[in-house]
Amino acid sequence: MSLDVDVRLDRESFSLQVAMAAAPGEVVAVLGPNGAGKSTLLGILSGLLRPDAGHVRVGDHTVTDVGAGVFVPAHRRGVGLLAQQALLFPHLTAEANVAFGPRAQGVPRREAEARARALLADVLPDVSGLPGRKPAQLSGGQQQRVALARAIAPEPDLLLLDEPLAALDVDAAPAMRSLLRRVIRDGKQTAVLVTHSALDALVLADRVVVLGRGRVVEQGPTREVLGRPRSAFTARIAGLDLVPGVHEAGALRASDGTVIAGRDGVSGEPIGAGDPAVAVFPPSAVAVFADEPHGSPRNVLPVRLASIEPRGDVVRLRAAPREGGPEWLDGLAADVTPAAVADLAAEPGSPLWFAVKATEVEIHPAG
Amino acid sequence: MTAAATTRARAPRKPDRHEQSVGLPWFVWIPAGLAFLLIALPVVGLLWKADWARMPELLLGDAALDALRLSLETAAISTLLCILLGGPLAVVLARGRLPGLRTLRSVVLLPLVLPPVVGGLALLFLLGRTGLVGRGLDLAFGITVPFTTAAVVLAQTFVALPFLVVSLEGALRTAGRRYEAVAATLGASPALTFRRVTIPLVLPGLASGAVLAFARCMGEFGATIAFAGSLQGTTRTLPLLVYLERETDAEGAVALSLLLVVVAIIVIVVGRPRGSEGLT
Repeated sequence: MSLDVDVRLDRESFSLQVAMAAAPGEVVAVLGPNGAGKSTLLGILSGLLRPDAGHVRVGDHTVTDVGAGVFVPAHRRGVGLLAQQALLFPHLTAEANVAFGPRAQGVPRREAEARARALLADVLPDVSGLPGRKPAQLSGGQQQRVALARAIAPEPDLLLLDEPLAALDVDAAPAMRSLLRRVIRDGKQTAVLVTHSALDALVLADRVVVLGRGRVVEQGPTREVLGRPRSAFTARIAGLDLVPGVHEAGALRASDGTVIAGRDGVSGEPIGAGDPAVAVFPPSAVAVFADEPHGSPRNVLPVRLASIEPRGDVVRLRAAPREGGPEWLDGLAADVTPAAVADLAAEPGSPLWFAVKATEVEIHPAG
Repeated sequence: MTAAATTRARAPRKPDRHEQSVGLPWFVWIPAGLAFLLIALPVVGLLWKADWARMPELLLGDAALDALRLSLETAAISTLLCILLGGPLAVVLARGRLPGLRTLRSVVLLPLVLPPVVGGLALLFLLGRTGLVGRGLDLAFGITVPFTTAAVVLAQTFVALPFLVVSLEGALRTAGRRYEAVAATLGASPALTFRRVTIPLVLPGLASGAVLAFARCMGEFGATIAFAGSLQGTTRTLPLLVYLERETDAEGAVALSLLLVVVAIIVIVVGRPRGSEGLT
């Protein structure tokens, strides 16, 4: 089923205005930081929130149309939900949880139970006696798999995924991610995936919609949007560093005159000197020095250390401009090893040098 | 995920003798001990005063058996009424969107703080033969409520209702609306969700509320004597009989009191809710 959304919702301190669509069988990721309006959007789609204006269509079924006074309640929308928490009904067995949706639709008990067992065998093939287990006897990762089976059991026209991996520990998340890919993406289930992880979007989604403060900042095919972000906002979400400026042969000139050497023409789009452009590079390509490095063909940026964030095996250093330095340095990230951080002996406020090789920098036209 | 990891996370915490308590200040122990003694010692006093040789004779008399039967019957009916009426009331208080819900809740709590005798008198003035509703009942149907077993049930329900409502409302609030929202996205109608999700989730709270209400009904005295009087076999429940016997036969009163203590202990041990077992 396709999805067609164009809604507006106003709250005192926040307003959401979003138009987006999904083709049948397509997975659309909605990316954005906390407070961007992702959960509000999901609430509107699932029928738990009533927008102030606009419409929501699933297939040729109009489930919300404020102008026409149409509001189909959540239980008659055919819109399923997999949330951050599994929220399995604690008093029901895994099988009864999965059979709940089909039973609610009037599927005969035996048939619903058979469907539930088949789905459970699919999502958790190596757990013995799974159908008869209560949620409390399952681990968090197992619960989330059962919740996925439960969400797809009623064969929803549209499935909403609300940060389905966020509450899982690092061991369980990758397996759940590939299961989602198999069940949702390969299974041609039309879905909207809300996430703040670029990785989830890259693995699971055909297209992304980047949301910021209740507005669509950017949308398009996943690889395109996340690989060549046009705004610092999207870059930050995609986990990339981005410097805006104008194009110069083989380089980018930032607003303060700083020239950043890089590779242009990688996107295949024509770009001329003086055209608006962005330089994009991954934080892992940034080397960090306590003293100004010399003698190698690198872009060297004087910064001040703003924050130190541990991220799994690496440590992300965030930069801020030094006194009087250009604004665009704010938020640039460098991923380094913990040992390197120890060698730097840097703390927030320390002056540092960020260096990145020209071969790691891509110059894209900015539109 | 291994099964061992699951069970470890789920197993109830056992006290560990290696664990070093951070300690309580000494001055907490004294009032705490006094409080405990204040509750426990009177019961010990009853046991000490009891005439164990005459116990069977005292407990198996007509008056005692009548009172025990009446108490159990009326308390059971009242508890049932509390569930049937108080359950939906708790749902409205926890989930409803009405103006003035807070005022409504305060009114529901009234019997908790009102002296039971006052409650009994209020019921009498409402349902008595000259009362607001009682006059109509009498004229239209020839029904008089006061001084009947029905009056006992009404008085008990009046005082016990808040116990059930409060504990069930708490359970409903703790369970939250999240499971109900999930049920809706699975296509369950509100009625089906209520039956298959809401009620099972709050069953422990409902059970503990019912146990509290039953205990309160068994011990009800003030409202009953004001509204229903003290007629053997009809309205004289165990607490009323205890009070009556106290004047004439102290040992009989002690024996009956012990019977009430036993009933109370059974209620606590058997009926104590298992908490929110299974809830994650």
